[in-house]
Amino acid sequence: MLAKKKIVLSDGREVDEPRSMFLLWLILLLIATWASARMTGFSLSVLLTRGNEFFIYFARMIPPNFAYLSYIWGPLFDTIKMSLFGSVLGALLAIPIALCSANNIMKNKFVLNLCRLFLSIVRTLPTLVVALIATYVLGLGTLAGTTAITVFTFAYIGKLLYEQIETVDMGAFEAMEALGSTKTQAFFSAIVPQVLPSYIANCLFNFEGNVRYAAILGYVGAGGLGQIINEKIGWKEYGNVGMILLVLFITVAIIEFISHAIRKRIT
Amino acid sequence: MTIQQQLELEPNYRRNRVIISVVVIALMFWSATTLNFSNFSINGFSIARSIINGLVNPDWAFLFNATPSGVPYLLIETVAIAFLGTIVGAILAIPLSFLSATNLIPKPIAWIFRTVIMVIRTVPVFIYGLVFVRVAGPGAFAGLLTMSFASIGMVSKLYIESIEDLDIKVLEALDACGCNTFQKIRFGIIPQLIPDFASTVIYRFDMNLRDATVLGLVGAGGIGAPLIFAMNAYRWSEVSSILLGLVVLVLIVEFFSAKVRTKLVRG
Repeated sequence: MLAKKKIVLSDGREVDEPRSMFLLWLILLLIATWASARMTGFSLSVLLTRGNEFFIYFARMIPPNFAYLSYIWGPLFDTIKMSLFGSVLGALLAIPIALCSANNIMKNKFVLNLCRLFLSIVRTLPTLVVALIATYVLGLGTLAGTTAITVFTFAYIGKLLYEQIETVDMGAFEAMEALGSTKTQAFFSAIVPQVLPSYIANCLFNFEGNVRYAAILGYVGAGGLGQIINEKIGWKEYGNVGMILLVLFITVAIIEFISHAIRKRIT
Repeated sequence: MTIQQQLELEPNYRRNRVIISVVVIALMFWSATTLNFSNFSINGFSIARSIINGLVNPDWAFLFNATPSGVPYLLIETVAIAFLGTIVGAILAIPLSFLSATNLIPKPIAWIFRTVIMVIRTVPVFIYGLVFVRVAGPGAFAGLLTMSFASIGMVSKLYIESIEDLDIKVLEALDACGCNTFQKIRFGIIPQLIPDFASTVIYRFDMNLRDATVLGLVGAGGIGAPLIFAMNAYRWSEVSSILLGLVVLVLIVEFFSAKVRTKLVRG
């Protein structure tokens, strides 16, 4: 198994087959899986005996209670507006920090690393924690949710944007400078057109994800659909929960369709 | 002269730009209507000050406490949940994604499975969490089940893309060499899919680790629950030490997973 395999070709030369590390990786993976299963108390018998309850819960949501539809519009539009406003604001705020984190724009190493560290820390902060803190400081409601989405979008788009800026072709920038344009002019006509399509595509993709995520934020009191889902589950009104999920599904599908169409055209 | 002519050849985008700007600004105003500042009170500032005060003074004893109630143990438990959840989700996603790949399966059937995947993706994670807590009881096992279910959606979406990108010419070449179906799968399909699949799974593991706080909301184990408890009880220095541990862990895991993924992509 561990010895190198030698293959003799028809003209007499010998070729070594590279040793495969696959088996080693598989063993490590199995050990890690076993350890995690022990740690989390994985039990197949519980899954087999009580697993059907999972489907029973979801079966209770069918049929959805269509009479409840008129109560959903408000929170639904709150969710969409929260994610739209947060996404746009976060994406705009991300531009300056992305410029400061790109090593072909920012020549000062200290500022560069400081900005990158800041972005990484904000990106790893769980969105729910940001939302909870926002509800304490800004009060319950959509304002807190919007803040959480803005913070998340800022960090996510900021990272993607600075990586994008670092991969642009600087030749055009240098050529414009050589022709006598200022750095700002060269930036707007040589770098912006290269980055803009993927920036917009990333923003749309992020917006899609935010609509989905905004539905969760309500759970901590940050407004939107999550709040009524939480209420209805608490009151065991599963038909209403089914209706909310159905509306959420259709909304997400429409938004994904539109954003997919736009992204296809610009990239 | 020729420069002037070339300059005039540039198409006029002004109309498009004006329309897009007007639409975006109108959307921003529309979505801004959801921001109500009525719940915001002057108290917010003093609360914010006490939060920041606690966050900059982490509870060091709690951070380095080696018992099962300390941060290190909770982090390991979180990693175990995220790891096993990702593995189970990744395995469940394989049949689903093969059944929804339009280059293997007739289109109508593929679209049925795609809709199923989208439904799984739309249901917010905490609903799975709430249901699984009722199925398996509160604790790490429920968290593991939630993570596996929540992973299926995104993982199979990315799987489908790699399956649809399969290079069919390799299979034709193997056919021409006289290989049987099993050999075609072993040497034609698996080597093409494994790097993409592994990269997807590692990426999802990153995300699951970051989303682990959501599980805490519903009592499904890991570091989320103590974090949410500490936040609800305004024990900000405890929150600070948990966040510190989580941020460092996520950054380390992200660093290594980025390395492994670039290696997988480059082969």
